[in-house]
Amino acid sequence: MTLSDSLSSAFEALRAHKLRSVLTMLGIVIGVAAVIATVSIGGGAREEVVGRIKSLGANLIIVIPGNITQGGVRLGTGQSATLNDDDAKAIEKEVRPVLVAAPLLRGGAQVVFGGTNWGTSIFGVENNYFEAREWDIESGRLFTGEENQRGGQVALLGLTVKNQLFGDDDPIGQTIRVKNVPFEIIGVLARKGQSAQGQDQDDAVFLPLQSARQRVIGTSRAKNRSVGSIMVKVREGEEMSDAETEIKALLRQRHRLREGDEDDFTLRNLSDILATVEASARVLSIGLAAVAAVSLLVGGIGIMNIMLVSVTERTREIGVRMAVGARPTDVMGQFLIEATTLALLGGIAGILLGGVGAQIVSRFAGWPLYVDVSAIVLAVVVSGLIGIGAGFYPAWRASRLDPVEALRSA
Amino acid sequence: MALIEVRDLTRIYQMGDETVTALAGVSLDVTEGSFVAVMGPSGSGKSTFMNIIGCLDKPNAGRYRLADEEVSSLSADALASVRSRRIGFVFQQFNLLDRSNALSNVMLPMVYASADRKERRRKAEAALVRVGLGDRMGHTPLQLSGGQQQRVAIARALVNSPKILLADEPTGALDSRTSLDIMALFQELNREGMTVLVVTHEQDVAEFASRVVRFRDGKVISDNEQLPRDAATSLRALEAEGIAA
Repeated sequence: MTLSDSLSSAFEALRAHKLRSVLTMLGIVIGVAAVIATVSIGGGAREEVVGRIKSLGANLIIVIPGNITQGGVRLGTGQSATLNDDDAKAIEKEVRPVLVAAPLLRGGAQVVFGGTNWGTSIFGVENNYFEAREWDIESGRLFTGEENQRGGQVALLGLTVKNQLFGDDDPIGQTIRVKNVPFEIIGVLARKGQSAQGQDQDDAVFLPLQSARQRVIGTSRAKNRSVGSIMVKVREGEEMSDAETEIKALLRQRHRLREGDEDDFTLRNLSDILATVEASARVLSIGLAAVAAVSLLVGGIGIMNIMLVSVTERTREIGVRMAVGARPTDVMGQFLIEATTLALLGGIAGILLGGVGAQIVSRFAGWPLYVDVSAIVLAVVVSGLIGIGAGFYPAWRASRLDPVEALRSA
Repeated sequence: MALIEVRDLTRIYQMGDETVTALAGVSLDVTEGSFVAVMGPSGSGKSTFMNIIGCLDKPNAGRYRLADEEVSSLSADALASVRSRRIGFVFQQFNLLDRSNALSNVMLPMVYASADRKERRRKAEAALVRVGLGDRMGHTPLQLSGGQQQRVAIARALVNSPKILLADEPTGALDSRTSLDIMALFQELNREGMTVLVVTHEQDVAEFASRVVRFRDGKVISDNEQLPRDAATSLRALEAEGIAA
């Protein structure tokens, strides 16, 4: 008996009991669909998160002011003013693995243009901020050297702000007012999308650091030239941890911290965030794999059950096949292939169903559709193995039937 | 030399605590080309004898040579191969696969004889034409009459060109007119050289054979040659009667 004979006989037998075959497959279908959907959805979500984190810029370390205690008043991370322009310059100059160290201030304000206004984030930055973030301008220009160092009443707009205030009009050369201070728009930044926290990074106005500090946000910082944070970009190929160690040492020295003193700053590394996301994704997928394994096991038991029923029902047919020359191994092969076909069809249906499910979810969530070929291959292999495993005992029983008894059965 | 050579065949069943002797030392030769009726009441051992002759069952003791091959001690796989090459079965209940059409049913033995697909089709069609069902090849068993189903079963038994046709109560489920039809077909095949063994408890059926072997209590109690009645003649007589009436 050739494989194609066995296959056509298997399909014939499955067709003869369509509803039963479909119901039997259901366990495998659901198990495989669950695996495929969760792998795809999980993968899509992860890609989305990783994409957002990467959109912030690769190889970034963010330095923020740390906890300090001044005269009994304790200030939490990020609220104090322990970092300043000179710290940023020193990091860029003295820490070898560092490419750029961009100081920045951040605040919020209502931006007014003519009759319209828009509440948005105001950033005080220097040109190197855009370098660190790998953020291009779409039109216009960056700050001039003069504006960069001493400040000037010029502004760069994020795409969202530009759209809100100007629609399709060209904003360059127009004047907006931020906290009643006029700024001339010199450029619009390219689209950056959502941040890792889900914020719209294009909803922002960028002013020269000096101007922002003196006239718009954090005017209290003007005296000690402090900044909200420093964004550090490490050179390609350098170890992030080396850079972190050196930055820490440099800042402790600059801030005259004695041994045993707590750091008055904190370093945040994006790869840490990424690792956290990956770790939680792993925990999730282990849980889902367990659920899928259980449903596949149940599906396999269902197949075994229905194959046993089928062998009993078809005892006479088995007898006839044996009488006309089927060897025990032929009978065994026939039922094994029938069980495997059942499981594989279930697996394929599960892949399709899971794929459709993943597509629907990814469309609603706005994630990229993630197709994991290895998961599909694994699903096919696993369902095939389930078929063989579940079919083995019924097939063995069929092959051991006594032809005389089998022919005599009703 | 005999096609079938059986010596001291013994078959004992264990039914719970009870031991049943189905065959108690049967010796018999069947020459090639003969038409033998095996008769006896139920429990006489005739069915057990046929099962062993058909290589569906194995004796506990004794020898069985089929076409010069000792088959009494072969493995299950080897017995299947002997059935495939040497033996064609015809059953009382036809035993066709209901899902498959006549052609597929007739092709079934060749599936296990590893014939290629073209040859299977050609031989199966020839066998169906031979039994007079050339125009019913696409019909499933449920679309055929009892007599037609038994013809399909005979075509299936013939398709691998076996040495022996073994028929177990082949007319048991058929009316007398159709029974004559089937017996006429067996006689035709026998005249063409096929060895035919028919198990029956009906004297009517045994009359068409040229030799009658009677079993009782696991033993052969009589073994007689006879002049067979011609089924085709009886059929014509029956038809003439029908017209007269």
